[in-house]
Amino acid sequence: MAKLLEHKAKEILAQFGIPVPRGEIAASVVEAAAAVERIGFPVVLKAQAFVTGRAGKGLIHFCDSAAEVSDAASSVLGRAVGGFPVETVLIEEKLRIASEFFAACIVTDEIPGPLALLADRGGSGVEQMARDGKAKLARRPFDAATGLKPYEARSLAVECGITGKQISAVAGFLVQLAQVFLAEEARSLEVNPLVMTDDGRLFAADCHFSVDDYAVVRHPELRIEIAREIGHPPTDLEKIAAAYEATDHRGTFYFLELGTEGDRPVGFHGAGGGGSMMSMDALVRHRFTAKNFCDTSGNPSAAKVYRAAKHILAQGAIVGYFASGSGVASQEQFHSARGMVKAFREWPLNVPAVIRLGGNKEELAIEILSKFLSDLPVPVEAYGKDDSAAFCAGRLDALVREHPPVEPYDCTPTARTEDAMDEYAFDVRTGTISFDHAICRNCESKACIKSCHVEILEIDDDTPRLKEPAEESAHRCTECLACELACYDAGMRSIALSLPIPGFDECLAKRGAR
Amino acid sequence: MSILVNENTRVIVQGITGREGQVRTRLMQGYGPNIVAGVTPGRGGEETLGLPVFDTVASAVKQVGEVDASVVFVPAAFAADAAMEAMDAGVKFIVIVPDRVPLHDVMKLCKFAQERNARFLGPNTLGCLSPSKGVLGMMGGSPEAARKFFMPGRVGVSSRSGGITSSIAYYLKKAGIGASTIVHVGGDSIVGLPHPEILKLFEEDDETDAVVMFGEIGTTQEERVAEMMMQGAFTKPLVAYIGGKQAEEGTRFSHAGAIVEGGRGDYQSKVSALGDAGAVIVERFEDLPSETARVLAELNGK
Repeated sequence: MAKLLEHKAKEILAQFGIPVPRGEIAASVVEAAAAVERIGFPVVLKAQAFVTGRAGKGLIHFCDSAAEVSDAASSVLGRAVGGFPVETVLIEEKLRIASEFFAACIVTDEIPGPLALLADRGGSGVEQMARDGKAKLARRPFDAATGLKPYEARSLAVECGITGKQISAVAGFLVQLAQVFLAEEARSLEVNPLVMTDDGRLFAADCHFSVDDYAVVRHPELRIEIAREIGHPPTDLEKIAAAYEATDHRGTFYFLELGTEGDRPVGFHGAGGGGSMMSMDALVRHRFTAKNFCDTSGNPSAAKVYRAAKHILAQGAIVGYFASGSGVASQEQFHSARGMVKAFREWPLNVPAVIRLGGNKEELAIEILSKFLSDLPVPVEAYGKDDSAAFCAGRLDALVREHPPVEPYDCTPTARTEDAMDEYAFDVRTGTISFDHAICRNCESKACIKSCHVEILEIDDDTPRLKEPAEESAHRCTECLACELACYDAGMRSIALSLPIPGFDECLAKRGAR
Repeated sequence: MSILVNENTRVIVQGITGREGQVRTRLMQGYGPNIVAGVTPGRGGEETLGLPVFDTVASAVKQVGEVDASVVFVPAAFAADAAMEAMDAGVKFIVIVPDRVPLHDVMKLCKFAQERNARFLGPNTLGCLSPSKGVLGMMGGSPEAARKFFMPGRVGVSSRSGGITSSIAYYLKKAGIGASTIVHVGGDSIVGLPHPEILKLFEEDDETDAVVMFGEIGTTQEERVAEMMMQGAFTKPLVAYIGGKQAEEGTRFSHAGAIVEGGRGDYQSKVSALGDAGAVIVERFEDLPSETARVLAELNGK
């Protein structure tokens, strides 16, 4: 993600010559004890988590003995912070503090441009203290191309009441900080507190560092796993989603789990940023809580929507499934419908669903959903652009009241599940299509041929095969799922389009979801 | 009038030979306004879609004469540079369509634009469209769809979401309300023409009676609109919906700009600021058309 944990942020600062306390990272009590051996007492032990005010939450401990380190490490490691466990602690030499400051560079849309900030004291809540008159906070825009000039930094120092030799020292630090901010294309870079020790040296004692998502590709040195701002360390499922998304650029698939509490959690499947948010708000007004945020838009393939739906279902513990976007999408909505059909029958869906696929080709989308999902023991209702998100959230409310989640049941997936007697298979972009020609020979309709909109299949020896050159034909497959659904509809189930998600099954096993 | 684009706007397309450039140029040619040339480095001297292609914006302007706007369809990493090239050649309005343009590139572009007295819409925008007059960007998708979805009228639309921009226009039209100009300001945290700038233009436009705005969590755009209203810099009726009520701080919801940081830009702060300033806030997106109709009726009753 585009936010860096403290230890990683400090590593970057150090590479730019900014002094940070001597420290080491530890993932266990044993590692913590070993780290302290090298650093020497006294130390400070800090939980690595994306929260502010860690000291007040018992996530920072000052230790003078091995016993204290062991106690502190075991109390902090594994503790849930914001719904997600602490995985590592940073152990650092304890600084002898003479004075503290606050130094930061942020981006503001008001100017618009970068802004340097400096305060005459540090600690949490410095902005509030400034408003209350307890701290002096000075701010100044600077040039995004040329950086913060030393005289600009000095004037900031003077403005917030810093005097004497400290002026140049603190100003020099801020200039360096602005250099890191520009070089790494940060959204915000905050050092709080900036510590001056009793021997007059400056250290970045803590650091919040968030990098522009769009620039992450230009900064491999940051080793960022998911180039998105998320308010928590990425979950296993979010990492799996991001890793898959990085390999398939047809449309957008964005998935994140929300820590929001509520007694009526809903699996949420949006389309488009604004439309998703608007639809999520409609859910909230009906006392639902979105268990996740998911956005499949920008004309995603059916395969992508299928995988997204599986991520949503994998979270478990939902009372309903709600899909809705802006209402007037330009993407061809039947792709999303087919993706959901495959996912819902395969899982199978165990809660009521309301699917609003308004916009381009919505009639076909609604027809597909109704046709292929009407036999499920839970209701699935499909709507288009003339039914509002609020109306659809109301429908889900009514359905959820009448239909509690059902126990796992037998459901025939659209794909063939048995091994083929006479297999004909080929690889497509993100998966494999397999036909059982033994079944195909008994098929009269050969519906797969007509359903293929890129027309890559032909009948040869009474069975469907790729048109020659086969490799080129396979490459043209858009993974629209039409052939698999047509084959299922014809009552044959000869086709199995397998669309793997690396790491997904392991994740399910770990979560005990299936 | 209308704002930003009308039937007489003279336009060049940067990245015209690319896939997006081709599709969207057809849209603009089919709906209006006047596309006069295209630019793709290395393809100068060719012709595409009946238009001459030039290697640089400067050579295009030299050949075809002054242009009012350039629409940019180059990959995100090169978008800011393309916009700078156009500004340097004297083009005063640039529409930057691509998504994922790095933030620091945009900040540098902001300063560059200020120094040249130029402005830009986007990045990450569908563009802007004045019904029956013209479109800059990709709003509507195809000329047929654009004609079907958008109807001329006297309500300005300003939105931070692309999909929602089309939705608002469609639902307004269904309620018999037409639009003067529909603007997608772009989904990013820094955009060239944010809501306050668009509202300034609508304030001056004598063909706009009221404005419908789709706001979102994150950035200070909606708060600044509220300030403008308090100061009397925007005096027309404003009907607004703010998305993102259920949003975790520090998490971004698809749009790069839709993120609450440091306790600023949250749902409540926007709703109260706009409400205090006299805007009509709708709690349900679906109520935008009826509330807009009510506001217009009041206006005409006066």
